[in-house]
Amino acid sequence: MKLMFNAILSSLMLVFSGITMAAGELNFYNWGNYTNPELIEKFEKETGIKVTITDYDSNETALAKVRAGGHGFDLAVPSHSHLPIWVSEGLIANARVDQMPNFKNVAEEWRNPDWDPGRQYSAPWQWGSVGVMVDTSVYSGDINTFGIILDPPEELIGKINVAPEMNDVISSALLYLGGEACSGDKALLKKARDKLVEAKPKWKSMDYGVIEKFAGRDLAASLYWNGAAFRARLKNPDVRYGYPREGYSLWADAVVLLKDAKNVEEAKTFMNFIMAPENAGLISAFARYANSIVGSEKYMPEDMATAPEVVVPAEFIGAGKFYPTCSPEVQKIYTAIWTELQK
Amino acid sequence: MSSQPTGDRQGFESLEAKAYQREVRRNLLLSTPALIVLFCAASGPLLIMLVFSFLTAGDYGGIKWQFSTEAWFQVAFYKDIFDETVTIADAHLSIFWRSVKLSFLTTLVAFLLGFPTAYFIATRPVETRNIWLFLVTIPFWTNLLIRTFAILEIIRNQGLVNTVLIGLGVIDQPLDMLFTDIAILLGMTYVYIPLMILPIYASMERLDFRLVEAAYDLYASRWRVLMRVILPLVKPGVIAGSILVFIPSLGAYVTPRVLGGGKHLMIGNLIELQFGQGRNWPLGAALSLTLLVIVMVALMVYVRSVQKEGAGHGH
Amino acid sequence: MVIRPRPFSIKRMPGFSLLALACFFALYMPLAPLVVYSFNAGNNIALWEGLSLRWYVAAWENDLVQSAAIRSVVVATIASVIATVLATMAALGTTRTRPYRGQTSIYAMVNQPLMVPEIVTAVALLILFALIKESTGYHGYAYLVIAHTAFCIPFAYLPIRARLEGMDHVLETAAADLYATPWRTFTKVTLPLLLPGILAGAMLAFVISLDDVVITEFVKSAGQDTLPTYMLGQLRRNITPEINAISTVLLGVSVIMVTVIFFLSRKKT
Repeated sequence: MKLMFNAILSSLMLVFSGITMAAGELNFYNWGNYTNPELIEKFEKETGIKVTITDYDSNETALAKVRAGGHGFDLAVPSHSHLPIWVSEGLIANARVDQMPNFKNVAEEWRNPDWDPGRQYSAPWQWGSVGVMVDTSVYSGDINTFGIILDPPEELIGKINVAPEMNDVISSALLYLGGEACSGDKALLKKARDKLVEAKPKWKSMDYGVIEKFAGRDLAASLYWNGAAFRARLKNPDVRYGYPREGYSLWADAVVLLKDAKNVEEAKTFMNFIMAPENAGLISAFARYANSIVGSEKYMPEDMATAPEVVVPAEFIGAGKFYPTCSPEVQKIYTAIWTELQK
Repeated sequence: MSSQPTGDRQGFESLEAKAYQREVRRNLLLSTPALIVLFCAASGPLLIMLVFSFLTAGDYGGIKWQFSTEAWFQVAFYKDIFDETVTIADAHLSIFWRSVKLSFLTTLVAFLLGFPTAYFIATRPVETRNIWLFLVTIPFWTNLLIRTFAILEIIRNQGLVNTVLIGLGVIDQPLDMLFTDIAILLGMTYVYIPLMILPIYASMERLDFRLVEAAYDLYASRWRVLMRVILPLVKPGVIAGSILVFIPSLGAYVTPRVLGGGKHLMIGNLIELQFGQGRNWPLGAALSLTLLVIVMVALMVYVRSVQKEGAGHGH
Repeated sequence: MVIRPRPFSIKRMPGFSLLALACFFALYMPLAPLVVYSFNAGNNIALWEGLSLRWYVAAWENDLVQSAAIRSVVVATIASVIATVLATMAALGTTRTRPYRGQTSIYAMVNQPLMVPEIVTAVALLILFALIKESTGYHGYAYLVIAHTAFCIPFAYLPIRARLEGMDHVLETAAADLYATPWRTFTKVTLPLLLPGILAGAMLAFVISLDDVVITEFVKSAGQDTLPTYMLGQLRRNITPEINAISTVLLGVSVIMVTVIFFLSRKKT
């Protein structure tokens, strides 16, 4: 009750005062339900810095808000595909992450990604992939292909879900047809459109929230992200995650310091903080995606360290790639295909 | 009425004109505060959108300051991405048509359920009416998303509705309602029905039942009383209610997305797509202004026609 | 069975009460799973794993969701009160009057927020408010309150107007004839007559503000998540029954409020 009362009082006070940017504060702008409260508690205890978390739901919203300015945030977590845009539009300050003490914990392969050469701008948060989840009690054939969604086997028809993500869906279709994500090849794009239009009647839904539907066996296959597949398997042991061998896309979200941040030192402290193994472990333990910090496995729940959804099996590593965001011309075609698909 | 006795007609007219002017000034003064807020936070910002609709889309969302009529072209016409042929934008048209159809049905169902409910509340004893009114709005203290998920939960195959119907032996196979237009219709009706009930109640509450009694004295049937006496008297409420249900349903997108399984776009989704992953803000702006104009015109026509009809009845 | 003829009541419409009660039933039935799942032991809103209070504990300990819920209610209260006052004034200025130039334009402008999808207003407001935020440095709640007030106005205006349209001037004229001042006439005659409309309008405005997600998402500054934006952020990952717990608490609060009002109003009469 006291907490409730305090909250009421402080919200009322905020109404009149606005947010004051006193020293020792940090405004963190992150995807919803993505920040482990324990991580924040630990950080606040160790540093005395008060963290305020604000949520967003998509890269587009985050970019639009940060670009408009006057937002009051210090740190944000764009995806790798959008990070170069943030840099080129001058929204990010160079925090020299590569010179921070804890940078030594960053795994070798994450020290120089294409989307942040030299890793000066961004501290790793989490990464994952776009693949297919299948209930193997319904279909026991090969699941490591987007064919599950685009040329579905008889058993799965009418039980398929597709994440309502334009970029992921169309890119996956292009990969399935032997191209690359965001390919400008019009013949291929046309084939991708035809394939999607042909496959759509065999789908049940284009929706989020798949975990409970796999658990209740309402769905038997979905184009989705690996972390959700992992959590669905914990509810329904027949669920498996397939890494399409024809190619699939990887994504990574990373913490960046915003150019108009008011609390620069606090923000850098936080960026350094999350590169410590025990803290990175907390991040993964909450959202169930992998991070890029060596030694963080020790701090994750045991089931995660060996989960095939989190640790990519060796034979599929090569097929996964980070794709940048599409060029404006290709994006227009993507949108046209997407509208056509859902008209 | 007390007015100075004046033999001079001209003087009386100018007095009359002054009173009229005073009334107009009072009216404008009363409306101004609302208009200021609306101008600052609704219509004014829309001017930004008008400007945007004539600019070029930015590469990664936003706009470039280059004049272009491309967006307006795209609203109505579709240039094939592959063979460059130009056709009417049938994708936009069919999305628009679906939205209008579903919104109309939602309004109709909400009216058929909402009118008796408002009537019921308005005929309760005075001291309990507000309680019933509150009861209508209480479910809406929970948030829109959670309400939509609640609907999803009860209509899915193993949900409450199917379980009960099967248990009663009404059906032996679960009704496959989820992710259909029926689901969207049910969901939107659920979400918007208070917007129908409350305005109708507001104008029904002062219904003068002596008029109803008079009609019965003249041997009118219940149906005739309802159609010829009650309905015309509460017409302002019905107009307000149907506007409040129809227009927001037209732009709705949470409910269609969740209950329709996201397989079909509605206008709201289409516009949102342009501001989001579509990265085509000018098209989003042009589409929404098109919607605004269509709805505005339809509203004017609707309000005028029902008011005229009402006047025609003449008491 | 003997069917006793019911006394003829002019207020009765056959089937109406039944339909109304069915409507109330339909309004509350979907809330049952919502409340039930708030006691779910599992971390899912649609998969029952046993009885537990863990989500109430979680919501209790989660400052983020708690302050978001309180913030929603505070913003909705302030915005709906302002919107209702402004809408009442505007309704008085546009109804029961001789037609004047601009009347239709005012009507159209008041209803304009209904006519564009939220995302459009949201993006426009984002750009406008960002300019103001940058130049003034003020990041407070005023932006949210103004934005909410604006889109609540038509929801309050239409029921009030509907009520007003059917009221004639007879009582007010009578009061004026008895030498009541215009203000006294307004507070003692017009306002009480108008009250059901105002109440209906205020309730709609409150509920609409409580529900808003898109405009809030684009207008909010750091640390200003409301319950809907908090949920929107969760959508892609997994909505936890914490939200059900908070919603159940909100429902409980509203039910208690109604009960209290009921007993208070009974005492008076």
